[in-house]
Amino acid sequence: MIAPDMSYLEHNVKSVPTGLRKLLYLNWSIVLLLTAIAGSGFVMLYSVAGGSMTPWLQPQMVRFALGLAVMLIIAMVPIWFWRNVSAFGYIVSLLLLVAVELFGETRMGAQRWIDLGFMVLQPSELAKITLVMFLAAYYDWLPLNKRSHIIWVIIPVLIIMVPSALVINQPDLGTALLMMIGGGTIMFLAGVHWGYFAFVIGSGVAMIWAVMESRGQAWQILKDYQYRRIETFLDPSQDPLGAGYHITQAKIALGSGGMTGRGFMQGTQSRLNFLPEKHTDFIFTTLAEEFGFIGAAGLLALYIVLLAFCFISALQNKDRFGSLVTLGIAMTFFLYFAVNMSMVMGMAPVVGVPLPMVSYGGSAMLVLMVGFGLVQSAHVHRPR
Amino acid sequence: MKRPPKDNLASNRVISRRALIVGASQLAIAGVLTMRMRNLQLEQADTFRLLADENRINIKLLAPARGLIHDRNGTLLAGNEQNYRITMTREEAGDIEEVLANLAQLIPLTETQIAEAVREMNNRSAFVPVTIADRLSWDDIAKVTVNAPALPGVTADVGLSRFYPRGSDMAHVVGYVGPVSDYDLSRIESPDPLLQIPKFQIGKTGIENKMETELRGSAGTRQIEVNAIGRVMRELSREEGIPGSDLQLTIDADLQRYVEARLDGESAGAVVIDLENGDLRSIVSSPSFDPNLFVRGISVADWQGLNENPYRPLAAKAVQGIYPPGSTFKMITALAAVEDGVVDPEETVLCRGFTEVAGTRFHCWKSGGHGNMNLHDSLKHSCDCYYYEICQRVGIDKIAAMARRFGLGIRHDLPLSAVASGLAPDKEWKTKTHGEDWRIGDTVNASIGQGYVLASPLQLAVMAARLATGRTITPRLINAIDGVRVPIPEAEPIGVNENTLRRIRAAMDAVVNSNRGTAYGARITEVEMRMAGKTGTSQVRRITAEERARGVTRNADLPWERRDHALFVSFAPADNPKYAVAVVVEHGGGGSAVAAPIARDIVLQALYEGPPPLSAYPSAMRGRISEQQRKIEEHMPAGSVAMNDRA
Repeated sequence: MIAPDMSYLEHNVKSVPTGLRKLLYLNWSIVLLLTAIAGSGFVMLYSVAGGSMTPWLQPQMVRFALGLAVMLIIAMVPIWFWRNVSAFGYIVSLLLLVAVELFGETRMGAQRWIDLGFMVLQPSELAKITLVMFLAAYYDWLPLNKRSHIIWVIIPVLIIMVPSALVINQPDLGTALLMMIGGGTIMFLAGVHWGYFAFVIGSGVAMIWAVMESRGQAWQILKDYQYRRIETFLDPSQDPLGAGYHITQAKIALGSGGMTGRGFMQGTQSRLNFLPEKHTDFIFTTLAEEFGFIGAAGLLALYIVLLAFCFISALQNKDRFGSLVTLGIAMTFFLYFAVNMSMVMGMAPVVGVPLPMVSYGGSAMLVLMVGFGLVQSAHVHRPR
Repeated sequence: MKRPPKDNLASNRVISRRALIVGASQLAIAGVLTMRMRNLQLEQADTFRLLADENRINIKLLAPARGLIHDRNGTLLAGNEQNYRITMTREEAGDIEEVLANLAQLIPLTETQIAEAVREMNNRSAFVPVTIADRLSWDDIAKVTVNAPALPGVTADVGLSRFYPRGSDMAHVVGYVGPVSDYDLSRIESPDPLLQIPKFQIGKTGIENKMETELRGSAGTRQIEVNAIGRVMRELSREEGIPGSDLQLTIDADLQRYVEARLDGESAGAVVIDLENGDLRSIVSSPSFDPNLFVRGISVADWQGLNENPYRPLAAKAVQGIYPPGSTFKMITALAAVEDGVVDPEETVLCRGFTEVAGTRFHCWKSGGHGNMNLHDSLKHSCDCYYYEICQRVGIDKIAAMARRFGLGIRHDLPLSAVASGLAPDKEWKTKTHGEDWRIGDTVNASIGQGYVLASPLQLAVMAARLATGRTITPRLINAIDGVRVPIPEAEPIGVNENTLRRIRAAMDAVVNSNRGTAYGARITEVEMRMAGKTGTSQVRRITAEERARGVTRNADLPWERRDHALFVSFAPADNPKYAVAVVVEHGGGGSAVAAPIARDIVLQALYEGPPPLSAYPSAMRGRISEQQRKIEEHMPAGSVAMNDRA
């Protein structure tokens, strides 16, 4: 029975496991699924390196081990601690985003990296997590009856827009859009009134309609070359040797995989360098080429099952912060693989989004493991 | 923080409800992704598999070894030699300037070669090997190989390239090869894919050109797997090509070399035909050139030298040079008239030194005249007036028809460049090409092989061969292809009264062997080897009445290019002819003085299959002949052209 003068959470802290017993209360299904997904990444990195541990597989395994450790450490720390530091984390991310603007290393034409000495940090990746945490903390704090009030809606919108604007400025439109969609999803989950979403989506559609409709009219909004750029962005096949080349080659790789694939290390497209970024953003094509539809759909199934476990964990969790953080991380994770897969399958423009836990890369994997650490912490420390 | 439990419960309800909506949307999107995978990987799998294979498999051609060319005795005339070269890849070299500088210390490299190599390397992909130096000696290759550690990216490589061991001897017959040009490609309707190989060598002239199809062979293929930038990853399969066919010519390389040496210093053409089967034993045009120069890429200086030489070394005079045959044509005129029945061989015509035809005076070469001439004497003395008379009786059309029967004015089908068809003019021809009527003066000029009549040394040799045998001897150049003998065409009787022919041959015997004959000086004293022939001296300028009045200028006093052509057609031995020889010396002067001795030496060389004994020559000449033989011996390079000395 819950005493009326006691917080739901405070009451339940007492039944939360302590010390190393917490390990028993981890959501081990999620750990296993993450390992399985990372494992399939290892297989692919071994393959694209032409059957070699270097240059990609070994660092990736080290990172994953490191990520697991980070996840466990975060999971051990009570979730309310993370709720309390989320504002701080958000501000640190903003500072890092500003810092990357000033001192960041330029790679691939965009300033996204900060070299911390022991690793390179991509602040926009960190910002995805801290944004989720801060929004969850905000809605945890905000009483239910206020959340659809206009003032209390504008505040989280600003919380989302500030880091997004900094990321757009890098320029990394793709990540910024993902952050906005992720943030918007948390607002939606927290119960902000339908009307706002209808309004935003409606006005967005109207704006796009207006921009596209104005072309060739007296009141044309954008310049001609900007329209052409948009067109190529949306339909890369218009530029078969430029942006379209990669997509065409990726589709060839996927398609030539067939049902069962060409076999491990037998993918001609990726092994012969027809694929760009074969170890990072386009790694899914190699997997689909070598293991076919079975392999590709299998990976997608692993992702979905992982999401399902997160959703179950969140729905069982009566702590509002824990629940929202879990769903937010799950959404971020979903956006990663959905956008990456759509991109390599020619359904979305090419925006630099990695395949989560599979693509080679430090920041993204570490940040995701931090995110799943929060999910685990919420799971372990959920009110019972 | 305190918060009413009711608030929490409501919040959880909201979150749960909305989480289900979000989850459902995510599942829907995952469903779309699965459909897309299904579409790409199952429904369009075959299309994409095909595209993937096209992407990665590249078919490269392997050049087959070009067919060899031998002479009738198996002497190699055109072969393939190993060509050592140095190639370099930019990617492996790193600092190409430095590596090239190191290389230049080991092997001779010119500034231009280095600059060219740098330019080529920068223009091409980093992994494409670029040829730095070609035709290196084994020593140079050894040096480069030993110093390989200091020369990253530098590889020694070996390929095949054409060489001509007989050098200039065979240049006009065998011709030469060179890298295929855009012009060559534009002339070929459906080019062999081999021709797309950079610097692939194809025949440019002579047999190399005309027998290209046989010599080339067919391409082998190599299937290789390449990556997106075209780098070769591995070889999937290899199918060697079929080497080109080997050719055996009818040419006798040693005789050819002798004739070449004998004609040295003259601008001349000479042809030797074997009367048994029409085999061309030798076709020489002088001066000649070294075809190996063209294979290697001729230098500007060499090219200019060849082009500006007034003796035109590049022209194959023996088959493509056409000259007024002069008096060597008189046999044709005589045959036409006798065959037509308008002249009896014993009938005499008075030569007063000139003949008046339609108001124009046509002169005999002998200004005092020859007196009464019958057929035999007219040939022996080469009297012109006899022919001025009989040609008017028979008419040009019959003369031209007779000329064609004896191989003049028609193109002999030989695999050589620019085989000339010459000209046996008739009335129709003149109307067609000049738009004018044939005049009697034209007939008079043609009767002694001047005017419009033109013939090549080859045609004159064919004429001599047909006169000697009475059969339509057809010249042959290719004896065997890949060891399979090329059939010898049947030599039909020519259809001229054998008695008339015998008279002509007897007269030709007298030309050389009667002490009043025009070529008596070129007689052979061995009776069984006796040569029969006919001299010709064809004018290349017009002798005006004024000049004739003060005495015709002697050839020696004229500039070279205005002197008469010296011609001689012959066969030997006179009683049992084996060879027919025709010699044309451009602006050589008189046929009897210049061309006939050459023909005699050639025919003796052919009959004795080597240097003839001095006893074949009149005793008074033997000193001079032995001196001449010694000189020719010296001139003829011993053995084949050195092949390894090609740095």
